[in-house]
Amino acid sequence: MKADVPPSGAPLVELKGISKRYGDLLANDGIDLSIEPGEIHALLGENGAGKSTLVKILYGVIEPSAGEIRWEGRPVSIGSPVEARALGLGMVFQHFSLFDELSVAENIAVALSDEWNLSTVRSKLGEISSTYGLALNADRAVWTLSAGERQRIEIVRCLLQNPRLLILDEPTSVLTPQESEHLFTTLDRLSAEGCSILYISHKLEEVRRLCRRATILRAGRVVATIDPRAKSAREIAALMVGNEVGEVRTDAPHHPEGEILRVANLSMPPAGLHGQALRDINLVARAGEVVGIAGVAGNGQSELFAALSGERPADRADAVVIAGKASGIMGIDARRRLGAAFVPEERLGHAAAPSHRLSENTLISHAAAEVSRSGFILVNAAKRLARSIVQSFDVRTPEGDPQARKLSGGNLQKFVIGREIIRKPKLIIVDQPTWGVDAGAARLIRQALVDLARAGSAVVVVSQDLDELFEVADRMAVIHHGSLSPLRPIGEWTREAVGLEMLGVAQAHGGAHAV
Amino acid sequence: MRFELTPRTHVSPVMRALAPVAAFITAFLIAGFVIWLMGRSPVAAFDVYVLQPLSDPWALQELLVKATPLALIAIGLSYCFRANLWNIGAEGQYVIGAVLGGWLALKTHGTEAGAWVLPLMLLLGVIGGALYGLIPAFLKTRFGVNEILTSLMLVYVAQLILDYLVRGPWRDPKGFNFPQSVTFDPSATLHPILEGGRVHYGAVFAAIAVLVTAVVLGRTLFGYRLKLTGDAPRAARFAGFSSKATTMAVFAISGGLAGLAGISEVSGQIGQLQPSISPGYGFTAITVAFLGRLNPVGILLAALVVALTFIGGESAQILLKLPLDLTQAFQGILLMCVLAADAMVSYRIRFATRGGGK
Repeated sequence: MKADVPPSGAPLVELKGISKRYGDLLANDGIDLSIEPGEIHALLGENGAGKSTLVKILYGVIEPSAGEIRWEGRPVSIGSPVEARALGLGMVFQHFSLFDELSVAENIAVALSDEWNLSTVRSKLGEISSTYGLALNADRAVWTLSAGERQRIEIVRCLLQNPRLLILDEPTSVLTPQESEHLFTTLDRLSAEGCSILYISHKLEEVRRLCRRATILRAGRVVATIDPRAKSAREIAALMVGNEVGEVRTDAPHHPEGEILRVANLSMPPAGLHGQALRDINLVARAGEVVGIAGVAGNGQSELFAALSGERPADRADAVVIAGKASGIMGIDARRRLGAAFVPEERLGHAAAPSHRLSENTLISHAAAEVSRSGFILVNAAKRLARSIVQSFDVRTPEGDPQARKLSGGNLQKFVIGREIIRKPKLIIVDQPTWGVDAGAARLIRQALVDLARAGSAVVVVSQDLDELFEVADRMAVIHHGSLSPLRPIGEWTREAVGLEMLGVAQAHGGAHAV
Repeated sequence: MRFELTPRTHVSPVMRALAPVAAFITAFLIAGFVIWLMGRSPVAAFDVYVLQPLSDPWALQELLVKATPLALIAIGLSYCFRANLWNIGAEGQYVIGAVLGGWLALKTHGTEAGAWVLPLMLLLGVIGGALYGLIPAFLKTRFGVNEILTSLMLVYVAQLILDYLVRGPWRDPKGFNFPQSVTFDPSATLHPILEGGRVHYGAVFAAIAVLVTAVVLGRTLFGYRLKLTGDAPRAARFAGFSSKATTMAVFAISGGLAGLAGISEVSGQIGQLQPSISPGYGFTAITVAFLGRLNPVGILLAALVVALTFIGGESAQILLKLPLDLTQAFQGILLMCVLAADAMVSYRIRFATRGGGK
């Protein structure tokens, strides 16, 4: 399966002593990395470890402060992505850069040099699609495609330029398990043909599935270069985080009682042109349990969150019942007063105001509570509250009452989740609780959510991370195209069953995405 | 080669404090260069613009007179700008406030109407400005129309309404056909604070506005709501603050204060309605608001400083034969310098060379 190209002298690309400094922060610190021809090399590390910086340097997006890049043994300087592509580098970014309104072929042609036109793209597209199993219809508009198909466009776009090295940044974060497996097959084939692949991820299982060598970054430095198959997932995680990661305890007795949240036949039209409509959603969360909602990004999770939180109220009061009160048409503040709490997906800008201090940020969800009286802010109470959140949830802050943006992702997430949990809500709805958060913080957050449920609250966790849901949820449902599957106890779900629901059962039977 | 603005990791408080001063010096240097190009002495111009007004008791009093409407309007604008809403039409709200308040003065002209006239005029001024400010707010919240365009265009509408009224229905029959209304009765006149002085009670209103705003913006949930709406609109929605209500509220407040400035000016300084009742206070107040960093006390200081340019501009016209337009040009230069200086404090400029790499 893997290419057996012997390392004929020099590696394809070699990074030597790459450093990048942003003010006081050393994002990359003397990084050495080499990739052989045909090798699938993993770049592992937590968010903020310096993976993105390193890749952007390699792809010519940013300039290193120090260090050298060698391409087939020759020192090169890569001043821009155009030069990178000319050398033979291709990159598939985590966030797609596609025009929604244009067709697949148009999107590909736009990104290529002038020698290409629509008809040459179309014919070559067919060829590449069949060689690598990347099924794409050249004339479909991009906005009608799934995330997996959109990613194929990006990959095909790179392959058309005959890359020697393909860089993929967290490619499976938007894919179902089946789509991921399909991607791995394609990558294996590419590697067998001699194309090198730099695979960036923090998912250990897939790295062990794909790669023989992995470079692990922590805090901007290479901590180890290993064979991921020779180490256990725990050992690798320990290298990434720097210490042993414990597991979430969920073994406390679990006795769900009265209903706290009931969603009945909730339907919402899409908010924008490409928004997702919600279709006839039914959901019940009881006191004392964690309800998980799985799904691939963009299937209506943020719309569901907006409808449950009241940021976008429904048109029927009884569509959402919180603590026995029909609250479908209430705003978010009224729902908070019923004892509900909410944590949106975006930390900066949605859950918290980046330029505001933590004490000010307590006002966002406590406007009606103890930090204000008859319209006046109780400044000292807000500071005390921020301090107690910081202490109770182990938020590491650079100073006493810092601006939210000065916190790392994990610490800010602990703060915004702590801000809600400290109110002891009857119901908490969390969208992507540990997205882009380091393993230590993720564990603390999951534990806090589980503990809250065990103390008698209803907890609803919307997440794309299946491992997370299997770890914390008591019951789970899958959202697909704005519809929610029935809720089933977690023990009745298998990964395969979840994957089928993620694709939409009917579609999977029809074989459109058959793997 | 291209410019790149990269955020500074550490923003020095000293630099932040000095930025407006640096802006001023730069603006004076640019203006001095322009004056030199026009064949006048920049040194003499500086003397006339700045030093003479500051060394003359009459001019110092005049400074307060000009600073009053500037401060009132700019305080109002600070509510909008904090919430990232761009009311560029304070000049129009000022005019409509003066028109609606002036209407009562003309209605009661020559009657025995008592002391209630003036307070009611002031109230009408506030209401007129607020309602006029609500037009762009309504268009924005209802139809998504850009408030910068509508509020600016409504300035010209307001000015034409005033023009029409003083040339037509409201013209003084004994005014030798001059386009102006009758002179207001004493009961419709805002009196000077000191007998024989020029500074009227509008200055007190401005001082009250500064104090109230300092408390509202710094200590109340409403103030936090504006700040949050401006800094992180999604977080404001998450906090349960309706952006429509915020928009309506800040436009009403800033329009109301501009209207109060308008009616105060008309009933306190001018004493009648005429086609031109403002040397551009509504626009200059934008500069004042930013020069004062949207902070109430800062705005008060900035209003005093910018008032200087109005007085200096008038003297320069007489003494140096420099056109009055130069004053507006200078105010524009000053605004650009203030914004640029603030940007320089938080960002550094990098000259990026493309393609080369090191």
